[in-house]
Amino acid sequence: MSTETSLLETGLRESTLFRFATAGSVDDGKSTLVGRLLHDSKAILADQLDAVARTSADRGFGGAGATGSQAIDLALLTDGLRAEREQGITIDVAYRYFATDRRSFILADCPGHVQYTKNTVTGASTADAVVVLIDARKGVLEQTRRHLSVLQLLRVAHVIVAVNKIDLVDFSESVFREIETDVQKVARELGLGADGIADLVVIPVSALDGDNVVDRSDRTPWYSGPALLEVLETLPAADELESHLESFRFPVQLVIRPQGALAPDAIASGLDVGAYRDYRAYAGQITEGTVKLGDKVTVLSPGHEPRITTVTGIDFAGSELAEATAPQSVAIRLADEIDIARGDTIAAAGTVRESSADLYAALCWLSPKPLREGAKVLVKHGTRTVQALVRNVTGKLDLATFNVEAASSLELNDIGNAQLRLAAPLPLENYLHHRRTGAFLVIDPVDGNTLAAGLVKDHPGDHEDERYVI
Amino acid sequence: MSTQITNEDTELSVLEKDLAETPVAAQRVAAERLSSLDTLESEAIHIIREVVAEFEKPALLFSGGKDSVVMLHLATKAFWPGKVPFPVLHVDTGHNFPEVIDFRDRTVERLGLKLVVGSVQEFIDRGELAERADGTRNPLQTVPLLDAIQRNKFDAVFGGGRRDEDKARAKERILSLRDEFGQWDPRNQRPELWNLYNGRHTVGQHVRAFPISNWTELDVWRYIEREGIELPGLYYAHEREVYERDGMWRAVGEVSMPKPDEEVLTKLVRYRTVGDMSCTGAVLSDARTVADVVVEVAASTLTERGATRADDRISEAAMEDRKKDGYF
Ligand SMILES: Nc1nc2c(ncn2[C@@H]2O[C@H](COP(=O)(O)OP(=O)(O)O)[C@@H](O)[C@H]2O)c(=O)[nH]1
Ligand SMILES: [Mg+2]
Repeated sequence: MSTETSLLETGLRESTLFRFATAGSVDDGKSTLVGRLLHDSKAILADQLDAVARTSADRGFGGAGATGSQAIDLALLTDGLRAEREQGITIDVAYRYFATDRRSFILADCPGHVQYTKNTVTGASTADAVVVLIDARKGVLEQTRRHLSVLQLLRVAHVIVAVNKIDLVDFSESVFREIETDVQKVARELGLGADGIADLVVIPVSALDGDNVVDRSDRTPWYSGPALLEVLETLPAADELESHLESFRFPVQLVIRPQGALAPDAIASGLDVGAYRDYRAYAGQITEGTVKLGDKVTVLSPGHEPRITTVTGIDFAGSELAEATAPQSVAIRLADEIDIARGDTIAAAGTVRESSADLYAALCWLSPKPLREGAKVLVKHGTRTVQALVRNVTGKLDLATFNVEAASSLELNDIGNAQLRLAAPLPLENYLHHRRTGAFLVIDPVDGNTLAAGLVKDHPGDHEDERYVI
Repeated sequence: MSTQITNEDTELSVLEKDLAETPVAAQRVAAERLSSLDTLESEAIHIIREVVAEFEKPALLFSGGKDSVVMLHLATKAFWPGKVPFPVLHVDTGHNFPEVIDFRDRTVERLGLKLVVGSVQEFIDRGELAERADGTRNPLQTVPLLDAIQRNKFDAVFGGGRRDEDKARAKERILSLRDEFGQWDPRNQRPELWNLYNGRHTVGQHVRAFPISNWTELDVWRYIEREGIELPGLYYAHEREVYERDGMWRAVGEVSMPKPDEEVLTKLVRYRTVGDMSCTGAVLSDARTVADVVVEVAASTLTERGATRADDRISEAAMEDRKKDGYF
């Protein structure tokens, strides 16, 4: 087969996808680390390197004695906007791609200075892992605590702390161990890694020279752990963890009901027009869990009692699947002719609770326009957008101590708790257990801008065992 | 599993017979970890369906180039067995490879789509655009593109842009808001969280949607191979009359004639992108099949734009500047 030949010749296996982000303070070396990963995994192609070398030389980088990748400013590989190159800073999250023979990586390089919460929250929301950089000369700073807090709040599956610039502390083991101990202490305070969801790895690296980035370094003989890339290649992706959950969830994006309008190419390749005249299926992407033919499911729709039915078909572009798993996009057929529309949710029967119009949540405020009590906003959850009233702000997180302080408004980069009243009930779930169906956006109804990232919390006084009834 | 569960019994049994004939290989085993291509495909289909569900009038930019062909293929999968529910839009530079236009028309016909064409030539003829000194028409596409968007009231336009193509694209959102003038404001982008895409816009604004943002060139080629997607023939090695200019092999054609001192040679070449024939270069290659191309791309040391697009070399920020003005 041609596929096999070509994969063999290129040394490419069927790889899996892994998404990770970087976080850290300004100048900790995030961009350099990303550049190093791209460079050493040969993801940077010759003409990009040319352009970067030219710009590096213009900016006086390298100089006498600099060799190879040291002669270029690796940060230029990710700092793609003109203003970033001119000012030597990273403004916006940049996405980069590289592959090893095990995995394809998508990495989000998140800037650390202004709006670090906004960028870290954005990068972390889709990440399987986040690499937090610490400058070995500075150790754990307040900023580091804040980053770790955000990662804990967002339930990032894997946190990797890279103690960078280890070359500048003479590859000292004692410096590394001290920082490692501090990191573990902060993690314990935050409960990071405590519940088995997240795990934590600490690695000494030099992004500039490449120590422990792709290969283990012989300049840190006292460190016996894996290099950063080895860790990234072997951690399970979040989808992989979530596909094993029993709680199948499927927000309906749209109903596929072609009636007369069948695809001419499908007809040309033998589709039985008569059989598909009354075809009706619900299209969406599985957010967690697995669905099998014959499974009993609950359909949650606003204005309806929850309805239980059976899965009779899982279609994907002409092939019928016996089962499908997160994050597959499929179309599901159901036994009973019930009225289902965009915004409804199909879920494994017995694993959901009724929709609710009372929303308790943590909000990561991402807009310069502050949140005030009494504000009218839009809440986008899954495939539904509803109006909402901000009833009250119940507190604000001090990211450095993780204590909740009293507050009545939230400003840019604040994280706080709030209570909202929704114009229509939503199938809300606790973000702690459901990363997709527990997440939502707060949108400004006036200009349409995204104001906040929301994480659903349980209602105060809710009991775990009462939660799953339908 | 139960098979008699609906009141559409007879029709369902026909349907199931049909499905039973699907080759086993096509019925993927879900329990296994999805491959990176499966994950990227799922993500793209999710985005395409979101845009169709949330916008009034989407269109898909279709040039006959491989990225747009892959997008259209994803759209057919997203709505199967229904028709792709939006028209395709081609911004025609007038400097075309004839086989690409032929491919475009056949594809539109095969899928029963409506084709909207924005013509650079017409704008030049009406004096609303001036031919550039270097003869290149790729940068001239912005005006006809925005005109077609406005005239047809498209509120969402699918583009085949990938973040690995260019440093400015690496920073662009999957749903990217454009103002009344079609401009992109890179410093004022909405944060994009989880898989929740915010496409809200006011009248006059529109959104560019990039479903294959997270694909690399190699992903695109491996997907073309896996899915058996047809492309215009010039993506594969063929003999062609070419001459060398600025380190690129250019095809001899009506709009790309060699200067007297440029020697015309017959070479085995292929194209990595299709665009304005006058400024798109060919690469020397003997990759005659898609499998050969996958091998070549994997081993390649030049990004596709660097190798073949003269207009992107003009400055480091060339793409960012054009995007700000409303380019793809
Ligand atoms: N000596 C040394 N310098 C480093 C290392 N990593 C980064 N740097 C330097 O630290 C500065 C800030 O790096 P940059 O990647 O721009 O930091 P960012 O703001 O976190 O993206 C630059 O001058 C880098 O060359 C390292 O491991 N060792
Ligand atoms: Mg940086």
